[in-house]
Amino acid sequence: MTEVVRRVRVRCGLSRSSPRPWGVALPPVAFVALFILYPLALVLQQSCGYADVFTSEGFRHALWTTVWLALASTVGCLALGFALALVIAFVPFPGAKAVARFIDVYLSFPSFLITLALLFIYGTTGIVGSFQFLTTPWGVLLAEVTYFTPFVMRPLLAAFSQLDTAQLEAASSLGARAPRIVRRIVLPEALPALAAGGSLVLVLSLNEFGIVLFTGAKGVTTLPMLVYSKAILESDYPGACVVAVVNVLVSVGLYGLYRVVSRRAGA
Amino acid sequence: MLVHSRGAKWAVWAVFFVLFLPLFALPLLVVLGASFATNWSSVLPSGLTAAHYDAATRGEALQALTTSLVTALAASLLALAVGTWAALAAHALPKPLRRVLDALFVLPVAVPSVVVGLAVLVAFSRPPLLLNGTRWIVILAHTVLVTAFAYQSVSAAVTRLDPAYEQAAASLGGRPAYVLWRIRLPLLLPSLTAAAGLCFALSMGELSATVMLYPPDWTPLPVLVYAATDRGALFAGSALAMVLMAATLTVLLVVSRIRTRASYR
Repeated sequence: MTEVVRRVRVRCGLSRSSPRPWGVALPPVAFVALFILYPLALVLQQSCGYADVFTSEGFRHALWTTVWLALASTVGCLALGFALALVIAFVPFPGAKAVARFIDVYLSFPSFLITLALLFIYGTTGIVGSFQFLTTPWGVLLAEVTYFTPFVMRPLLAAFSQLDTAQLEAASSLGARAPRIVRRIVLPEALPALAAGGSLVLVLSLNEFGIVLFTGAKGVTTLPMLVYSKAILESDYPGACVVAVVNVLVSVGLYGLYRVVSRRAGA
Repeated sequence: MLVHSRGAKWAVWAVFFVLFLPLFALPLLVVLGASFATNWSSVLPSGLTAAHYDAATRGEALQALTTSLVTALAASLLALAVGTWAALAAHALPKPLRRVLDALFVLPVAVPSVVVGLAVLVAFSRPPLLLNGTRWIVILAHTVLVTAFAYQSVSAAVTRLDPAYEQAAASLGGRPAYVLWRIRLPLLLPSLTAAAGLCFALSMGELSATVMLYPPDWTPLPVLVYAATDRGALFAGSALAMVLMAATLTVLLVVSRIRTRASYR
């Protein structure tokens, strides 16, 4: 039916309902141009003193911390999210639906909530005792993995719910054990969802600010934190703009690279 | 399905809960417990009190809550309007142009929110559009940040839309505007409400761009939570965070109510 209608429309010159589709697209494009592109262009224009920033020890340290924290939390979230989603979907227990619902709700909480909770658990007057765990990058990594894992689980659970379980039954009746079934049947089906979740986590953890801010650690400085401290605490706007430009390039670059790699991997 | 023997099932579930409970349930319980306490130095919080909630629902905190609600409501409605418009317009475009629009609207996700905050601050602290120091700069930044998410979810729904409905309506003589209003938007309503809920939740918890540009008379609740924890008032901060979460969840519940009603029509 749809195909017939389309053909008739094309033949009668009625190929689209709106006569000038690009004209309709103009207002939202103008919105993006005015409120995103123009401000970003100004940041680029205002950034000066690259040499000073690049040679400073603090900047290089922040760059490295940002990148490895983001990569580590992406790997952690993918592994943990895959394992947890696998159990919810294929080894369901009473209440598994409620857990999946809880994951959805979890996504709507602000990220600093996790750090706030960790402050009670590992902080200076904490439950576990006062060892300086939270002021190290490992504390931030734990918080990021905790907060971002649901972002991987949600697309995975959606993908698993569409997987035909007859495939699993057939493989299992042919004598395949669970690890083999996961590797040969579930994993290939889950790759697009893993790629989608992973790219989101990568970019979100590169840009994460609330978690790092709330640890109050001087030892952990990431690029977004550096932008904030330069602009607001030191009122060094040109320097903040330089860090901002680098941060955008790193985020967009790694995000693009990830998309290319995951597309190559068949996702 | 995957694991058949009873023993193996229990082992898998045990591992699941050993990972799941401390990582995901414990943080929420800890903040909830702390919000009712004055002291926490052993396993359980002590000095139970409701005083933090008393303080968190009046004066400065109440004003911050209203600020957050108004900002999130305005930002999500604006973002929904822009995102839906863009998604519908992109769907009508030829593929290469649609890709460009996709990239433009994904940009705010890839750009760090702190940088979005800095950029908006730099751009609108000068003529022609002087917004710095007003509440509009906060609302604008939130709108920019959440529009990307609105665009993405509406865009996914638009491509799944069965074109037979609109084509039938158009073939019966419905003008494009009429088809949009009576056919396409009602069909999209469930995903529109879902997108609105997502935008609202994101805006309620937004801190990174907000700390860059909030004026003193427009302080959203997350900033207040940060201010409390920064000066060491962790227990008061927890109560504020719980109020923030409760407000967000209440609005999300209302939105999902509308959504079920929309999908059963």
